[in-house]
Amino acid sequence: MAVFVDREKCIGCESCVAVCPVGALSMQDGKAAVDAEQCISCGACINECPVEAISREAVVREVKNNEGSDLWVMAELEDSEPVGVTYELLGVTAELAKKAGEKCCAVLIAADAADIPQKLIAAGADKVYVITDSRYADYNTDLYTDAFCQLAEAYKPNAVLFGATADGRDFAPRVAARLHTGLCADCTALDIAAENNIVEWTRPALGGNILATILCDEHRPQMGTVRPKVFKAAAADASRTGEIISFTVQDVKASSVELLHKEALTTSGSIKIEDAEVICSGGRGMGCVDNFKLLEELAALFENGAIAGSRAVVDEGWIGHGQQVGQSGKTVTPKIYFACGISGAIQHISGMNASDIIIAINKDANAPIFKIAQYGIVGDIKEILPKLIAKIKAYKEA
Amino acid sequence: MNIIVCLKQVPDTEAVKLNPETNTLVRDGVENIMNPFDRQALETALMLKDKEGAKVTVLTMGLPQATDILKEAIAMGADDGILLSDRALAGSDTLATSIALAAAVKHIGGYDLVMCGKQAVDGDTAQVGPEMAEHLGIPQITGALKVEFADGRFVVVRENESSVQTLACAAPLLVTVTRAEKEPRFASIKGKMKARKAVISTLTVADLAIDTKLVGLSGSPTKVKKVFTPEVPVVESEIINEEDTDKAVDMLFDKLVEAKIITR
Repeated sequence: MAVFVDREKCIGCESCVAVCPVGALSMQDGKAAVDAEQCISCGACINECPVEAISREAVVREVKNNEGSDLWVMAELEDSEPVGVTYELLGVTAELAKKAGEKCCAVLIAADAADIPQKLIAAGADKVYVITDSRYADYNTDLYTDAFCQLAEAYKPNAVLFGATADGRDFAPRVAARLHTGLCADCTALDIAAENNIVEWTRPALGGNILATILCDEHRPQMGTVRPKVFKAAAADASRTGEIISFTVQDVKASSVELLHKEALTTSGSIKIEDAEVICSGGRGMGCVDNFKLLEELAALFENGAIAGSRAVVDEGWIGHGQQVGQSGKTVTPKIYFACGISGAIQHISGMNASDIIIAINKDANAPIFKIAQYGIVGDIKEILPKLIAKIKAYKEA
Repeated sequence: MNIIVCLKQVPDTEAVKLNPETNTLVRDGVENIMNPFDRQALETALMLKDKEGAKVTVLTMGLPQATDILKEAIAMGADDGILLSDRALAGSDTLATSIALAAAVKHIGGYDLVMCGKQAVDGDTAQVGPEMAEHLGIPQITGALKVEFADGRFVVVRENESSVQTLACAAPLLVTVTRAEKEPRFASIKGKMKARKAVISTLTVADLAIDTKLVGLSGSPTKVKKVFTPEVPVVESEIINEEDTDKAVDMLFDKLVEAKIITR
């Protein structure tokens, strides 16, 4: 199955060629031509064509389920506290709900609700669905999926948002498959059409080289995961009121996955890159793992400083994958981002270009990183970093 | 022990570049490769094979050219390769893909462990693995850093943002892998010879016990409304290009102090 070009209508503007994510369109004799083997029938070109020359076979979608209202946010907890992305999601969902004339609801699955529902309401929830049981103390795919899907079948949400965390990305697809609906991963922008309450999910694809806006208009709930740090949480408003609804799961089945052991990841003193205010990040241009000591020294000169790196250095094993910035790693928004020996592939830039200040050091004056950096030096990091570190140290001690 | 490893052929996204003038993708010369995370899953499976003895079957859904990565996997040590290829699968989103792949896994049958890479680097969704597990009705563990077999159960180490967890689960189980315990192995000469002779069997939708409406575009709840290239913000840059590094560092330092980026 592929798209068809009406050669009579085609005006040869090439706009479809530019937008094809898989390079299936090319110009032949001044008209667009489709490589049927490459075409994935995504329809991007259909919307782009100014003269409606491109079409595809009408798709008969048999499985339809478009009943649902309200926008839900799945709350994620760490040490019995909602994590940052839960608050970020409530902030943006409250805005979308307002536009759509629906309610913003939070779903809490926990051993003990304590004062968490109030916190979720203060962050933007109009309703909080609460499911508690001692077995929900730790995230478990089977138990949480059973609980969530029973709740979703009972209350039928229009859309559900999950944080694109490790557990969120484990949980959301399992739920989507059980509810037989679409899921849009790792969204970086969201909107909702007020006339039909269809969510527009925008996400990076092809390593961040392109962005795609995805719809799931014939299935409910519409589902998506959203990266931490993409949206800002609204300030907590303790005067907000909301409804708390307790839900009891029927027939709780035991999970065959047993948690044998759990160890906190961060040792005292080191901070997570997503929480750091200053990130000293290295790429392949660092040369070797030993040179990362320079980044550690630099990071230690700032409060809340941390080291990170590009996919290349994580692949080399120079730093851990928890410290990877970029499309296949984490999104970070520090006040200051030092990019050392990082050329600036889009894959990397998409994870750090929202930093307040970017400072680049790279041998190659033409490296793309300099296009997005406010400050930079063209030169060898092995010479520049020690000098810069010494200079900052002397200044701070003076 | 029977292990099925799901592989995907992807464009090397690191090599995809933007033409800065037209803001369009330059795909010329971009190679198709085995998804890097799938290679980690394959290595993890081969390590289990080395230690416990296992038959490793590699499965991919894609165009006939995806046979390349199956052969590459056989050269590395996999026993068998199966290609699921059918025009009816074109345009499948993650849900439709997972239904097709789960049906292929059921068709192969007799598995103890299904393995996938954490995510494919072209789509970066990390959804097909968990969705397959749901369709197969088996448990899942995602983002594994280590997979062992002890006392009749798989023992898997994974991590999330706050902790490292050790989980145990009996077969059948689906595991998605972030990283193998060691660098994926290279193909041996013997492996390459075996791969050259290997017969890759092809499955089509007709071979699978599924309703064709559930796969391809008709089975995909998500649709692309539009695709566009990200706007690159215009930044006022002060880039120092000065041969004397002492001077360059001084200049940068002064600017950073002036901008109150470096403070006492």
